[in-house]
Amino acid sequence: MIDKKFIGYEVPPTLWDVEKGRIRFFAEVIGLTDPIHLDAAAAKAAGYRNVVAPPTFIFGAESDSGVLMKLLDTLEIDLRKVLHGEQRFDYHAPVCAGDTLRFQTRVTDIFDKKGGALEFVVNDTKVTNQLDEHVADLHSVIVVRHA
Amino acid sequence: MNVQVKAIEVGDDMPVLELPPISRTTLALFAGASGDHNPIHIDLDFARGAGMKDVFAHGMLSMAYLGRALTEWVPQRQILSYGVRFAALTHLGDRVRCSGKVVEKLEHAGRPCVRVQISATKATGEITLAGEAVVAVN
Repeated sequence: MIDKKFIGYEVPPTLWDVEKGRIRFFAEVIGLTDPIHLDAAAAKAAGYRNVVAPPTFIFGAESDSGVLMKLLDTLEIDLRKVLHGEQRFDYHAPVCAGDTLRFQTRVTDIFDKKGGALEFVVNDTKVTNQLDEHVADLHSVIVVRHA
Repeated sequence: MNVQVKAIEVGDDMPVLELPPISRTTLALFAGASGDHNPIHIDLDFARGAGMKDVFAHGMLSMAYLGRALTEWVPQRQILSYGVRFAALTHLGDRVRCSGKVVEKLEHAGRPCVRVQISATKATGEITLAGEAVVAVN
């Protein structure tokens, strides 16, 4: 069982640089053709600082910045048992190439179902950028299977 | 092409987006592009060690596809909130189908908005992701 003392645990904040090529790669893999993700001039013409990250891009950025592995290590969760249960994004400002994102992740709940066969870890992440703008909030539920 | 968001009404459908079958290549590329390197999606040995028959798709791949369906319908800056529950695994060969329907008008952060119920399904009709987006219409 995951120790409930970790409710309230805050992962040490991480920084992550948003690269233009990475946004393009992400857009291409999922088939997005809107030039605001691919071409800086088109993005600027649409009112953005630079090419803009698609809506779910920041989830992978958080993962890539090491937040998820740090969380699993600290809570002693076996990665092989992990499934993604829920994910929500609340958007406040765009994420563009050239930005530096800061992820502040906090465990907000830990609970179980089916007599402990399934455990749930709820995380909330505040994302800010180099302009001190509050960019987004991420709400994630991780499921740990013990069956 | 984006719609005029002011014209969106309750009952409107988001245009359906149908994707090609999930391949190992797509999963490998999505792992690299997204930064989600969980080996259960790209490493058969790891997946088997975790009790799975094979690798399976990132839930976030389907969420990215659903996000694409949204931004091909309305401008991205109009999307204020977007969330899903992952209801079933998406396997190799599955064809993801994204759809949505406007169910309600509401105010969100002081702006007139609509709530869009969205889902991803397999060709069998099984729902893999279900959730909602809040889209500003001003």
